[in-house]
Amino acid sequence: MTGRLRIAIFGASGYTGGELLRLLLFHPQVEVAQAISQSYAGEFVHSQHPNLRKRTQLQFTSRDALKECDVLFLAVPHGQSQKQIDHFARFAPKIIDLSADFRLRDSALYERWYGEKHAAPEWLGKFVYGLPELQREAMKTASYVSGVGCNATAANLALLPLVRADLLHPTKPVVVDLKTGSSEGGAAVNPGSHHPEKSHSVRSYAPTGHRHTAEVIQELGLHDVHLSMTAVELVRGVLATAHAFLKPGVTEKDLWRAYRAAYAGEPFVRIVKDKGGIHRMPDPKILAGSNFADVGFELDTESGRAVSLAAIDNLMKGASGSAVQAMNIMCGFEETAGLEFPGLHPI
Amino acid sequence: MTTCPECEGALTLGADVIAGEIVVCGDCGVDLEVLSITPLTLAPAPQEAEDWGE
Repeated sequence: MTGRLRIAIFGASGYTGGELLRLLLFHPQVEVAQAISQSYAGEFVHSQHPNLRKRTQLQFTSRDALKECDVLFLAVPHGQSQKQIDHFARFAPKIIDLSADFRLRDSALYERWYGEKHAAPEWLGKFVYGLPELQREAMKTASYVSGVGCNATAANLALLPLVRADLLHPTKPVVVDLKTGSSEGGAAVNPGSHHPEKSHSVRSYAPTGHRHTAEVIQELGLHDVHLSMTAVELVRGVLATAHAFLKPGVTEKDLWRAYRAAYAGEPFVRIVKDKGGIHRMPDPKILAGSNFADVGFELDTESGRAVSLAAIDNLMKGASGSAVQAMNIMCGFEETAGLEFPGLHPI
Repeated sequence: MTTCPECEGALTLGADVIAGEIVVCGDCGVDLEVLSITPLTLAPAPQEAEDWGE
């Protein structure tokens, strides 16, 4: 008996499941009791996550073998959690669902952006949105926490200081251009992900209408906000470049104050706006594998346009890292436990 | 303890700082020239604008 909390990961063979395993196998206060994958039941975890070879002898188990645990992570494709949430809730008092199923509180907003009715709308109000920088206090007493959209996370972290400081122009839109890595698409393949098609491409895959927009609308209270997605030559990483017009008279020092007010106390958000050094603005390259989000900004005083940037690892701060951070908060652990890897340089 | 004139970040200078010395802000990375000690006055120093060939 280790005294550690028992964790189960349902959907452990995908990329976010693999990241959860990488983080939780070395977390000081939990024990990974089960890694569930219907497709790979019976196989060693390292068959799908080769970085974990010789670090665990855990084998995937089938979904029917799910046992009671203290915290259940759901890392299944969109749409599956909402259909089985009553079933899952019988196995654990705390659930963190990484999918998009429980991110939105309003079923009408869900239907508008996902084009279908929610299968368990009565559960939407039970979940707390999974970004600690926005919902830390609510997480402390939550039993159920959602995942976060990786693109939404980058957009939200880029814009949060401007929203909290009430600096945005009241009648002008906010446009967020997002450059994304290929791992956002998950472990499943499709003709577009075939190497000759994907390699070296700069692919606009959702110039308008991306679903993560709904999370920015909900969490920041913005309504005239627009996201555009471009897949670039990265495996991990998202860079959000938000273009926002500010109220007249806002100075760059006002922006420094706003960003410090939002992030000075945040363990995983760093302001990167440097006149020296090699990386002077946020760049997802150096964040691979880390839970850090780097944010920066520049102000065009002629036009009043602020360009706010946020870089993350989509699988970490944009998914599994935030989920583990949420678990730490829910369980009263040190918020940074298991998440202190600073990334690699060079990489 | 003083503040950076560029970003208002907290700046701690050594006790032996002298006029004319260049110090760097840890927050925004700007080079600052110590114009005077009493009163302590700092101003951004000329700094190369690097575009990394872009």
